Amino acid sequence: MSKKTAKDTPSEENPPADAAVAADGTGDSPAGGAAATAPETGATEDATSGNGAASGDAGAPAVESESASESASASASVTETPRAEQPAAPVLDKAENVLEVRDLVKHFPITQGIVLRRKVGAVQAVDGISLDLRRGETLGIVGESGCGKSTLAKLLIGLERPTSGSIKVRGQDLTELRGGDLLAARRNIQMVFQDPYTSLNPRMTVGDLIGEPFEIHTDVVPRQGRRQRVQELLELVGLNPDHINRYPHQFSGGQRQRIGIARALALEPEVLLCDEPVSALDVSIQAQVINLLEKLQDELGLSYLFIAHDLSVVRHIADKLGVMYLGRMVEYGNAEEIYEAPTHPYTQALLSAVPVPDPKLRGMRDEIVLEGDVPSPANPPSGCRFRTRCWKAEDVCAEETPLLQVRENSRHASACHFAQERDVVHGAA
Amino acid sequence: MSIVSRMKKQTAPSTGGRPEADSSAPLLEVENLQVEFRTRDGVAKAVNGVTFTLEAGRTRAILGESGSGKSVTAQAIMGILDSPPGYVTGGSVRHRGVDMLKLNREQRRLMRGSTVAMIFQDALSALNPVFTVGFQLGEMFRIHRGMSRKDARKKAIELLDLVRIPGAAQRVDDYPHQFSGGMRQRVMIAMALALDPEILIADEPTTALDVTVQAQIMKLLAELQAERSMGLLLITHDMGVVADVADDISVMYAGRVVEQAPVSEIYESPAHPYTKSLLESIPRVDLRGQELSVIKGLPPTLTAMPPGCSFAPRCYMAREKCGQEAPPAFDVAADRISRCHYWDEVHPA
Repeated sequence: MSKKTAKDTPSEENPPADAAVAADGTGDSPAGGAAATAPETGATEDATSGNGAASGDAGAPAVESESASESASASASVTETPRAEQPAAPVLDKAENVLEVRDLVKHFPITQGIVLRRKVGAVQAVDGISLDLRRGETLGIVGESGCGKSTLAKLLIGLERPTSGSIKVRGQDLTELRGGDLLAARRNIQMVFQDPYTSLNPRMTVGDLIGEPFEIHTDVVPRQGRRQRVQELLELVGLNPDHINRYPHQFSGGQRQRIGIARALALEPEVLLCDEPVSALDVSIQAQVINLLEKLQDELGLSYLFIAHDLSVVRHIADKLGVMYLGRMVEYGNAEEIYEAPTHPYTQALLSAVPVPDPKLRGMRDEIVLEGDVPSPANPPSGCRFRTRCWKAEDVCAEETPLLQVRENSRHASACHFAQERDVVHGAA
Repeated sequence: MSIVSRMKKQTAPSTGGRPEADSSAPLLEVENLQVEFRTRDGVAKAVNGVTFTLEAGRTRAILGESGSGKSVTAQAIMGILDSPPGYVTGGSVRHRGVDMLKLNREQRRLMRGSTVAMIFQDALSALNPVFTVGFQLGEMFRIHRGMSRKDARKKAIELLDLVRIPGAAQRVDDYPHQFSGGMRQRVMIAMALALDPEILIADEPTTALDVTVQAQIMKLLAELQAERSMGLLLITHDMGVVADVADDISVMYAGRVVEQAPVSEIYESPAHPYTKSLLESIPRVDLRGQELSVIKGLPPTLTAMPPGCSFAPRCYMAREKCGQEAPPAFDVAADRISRCHYWDEVHPA
């Protein structure tokens, strides 16, 4: 990061960013706008400085460089408590924000031709996602298959390089790091995979599996101490430390997921990315793993980014919620608030479609059944991407991309021109 | 197409000499069904004494975790059990009084599709990737009804229309991979409904789908069922879906039905510790939960079942008797059974 900053606009890099933020915060000149422009400009720095320049004089009066990022998040309409506590927030937040993602974009090129490969288009898998994660907090990301959840996860742990945007873990921008620095920085963000049957190498013992991170990050635990550390990890996740020499096939699904969690915890990360961690497990086992994750969060102060399609599980575990549709965030904010009063039509449809295990509520829910399928991310609709399936869509939806921001009828950020609270999960009667 | 022509020939005598059906008898009556798998590790009793009835126009859910025997029950009813290693060793599956297990292969084959049809979980692997959707749908009519290719194709288009696939006339010549997950499941439903079956078995029909698509499919199923007053046997592990669509429910655990009841009663006051724990362990979208209660341990291995009650090792109220004596089916109410020695403690009257 330092290298990079030094190269381009050494001293000014921070201030413009702040200014941009402030500007966004004050008016409707959009964080979402930043998102929209990002794809065109391509490089992160460009986007940032461009914004900075544009809004420079709009001038946030003396925002410190740190609070800058904070308010940035706010303006990006990403902050969890947009109301009230604005003044107190900056100081606290800065210290606590473990993960900051700004305007993250990932486009996969579509090429044609064998010898002369031409780019004929792009799959816009992730298109301008911003989010914040504080220490000890859980952010749930929900959305249907193809909405970009998993691409987002891959970008965050560095399996894919973003097209533009920034991913800051404890202030370090992963997208600017290379080689050894990147390797070291990745330690702080680890992943628990969906399928415990395919994510554990069947030829390795549990000890080798959980200890493998130490082979790569050799300075974390001295060689002699590794076995003992692995046993501690096994104990931490509720497995018998004596089973260190067993192979994955000797464990059940729930136990394997515990192994996956232990492996993710080996490097003592602050952020754990959980990509559908319980969806492959049986119902009676899911609760065990969910409770384990909650216990570990309390004990170790972990932050979770919890990606799932099961909205009931997410409601149980998440403090904050982000709803994705076709690569964009359509609603973002306090989880409780979104579940009780979703304001984006897509969120409403999504929540209303979840069956509630209570026959008394049958037919009483405000059920919205969406027509059709999700459009292709290679050729998304103009303006609001949900408009093709939305019952509220009007002309403006096709012309103008709705920004993700707090609106008149939405206490949390919502990317809908016609945001309106509607309780869909409880009986309508 | 030699298979088709061969089958056509055999289809001619339509009843194939099967016993007369009694239209006053229940649509489907499963009694004391026993299925075992003979494996190298021993004999696994996958289904052990399943008994239930299904009436026309009703929906019965069979709820259970993986390995509880719910899918095997469905396969045994449908007559598509892989044999070996699976064998039906006892009990009866009666359709309008006729025991389907006693029919010969040919008679059974004729019933599949026209009397009992099945929707499978994974539509992509259940459809043949090398034939068009229209061909696969039309095959039903050509084999069972002896229709010409042209007529069968027309029928296929009608069916795609029925399950609300837009542009059915164009899409009939598409291959399965050209459809989205939800559309593929619609094709599966169309195929199951082709011959107007009286009983429809849906084995986890929406498990692989997103919630909004799940809602579409369940709505479609419910409408079609009501229209044709079919009996629907819904195999699932999702207690939410069950609460939404089922009339009656059979909860399976380790090959046995541990509790059977009308749906409204079971959610309100379960009469078996397993059902009760299960209901307490699922997070709900309409409630912000506290810590989820956990069912400790794992389901038993079917080749090494514990003596006595199979749930006893995981049960919060297990006593000495539970480890020794397998609980019979106690009558909780007129249409309710529970296989727990102490059901009256779980279920305060």
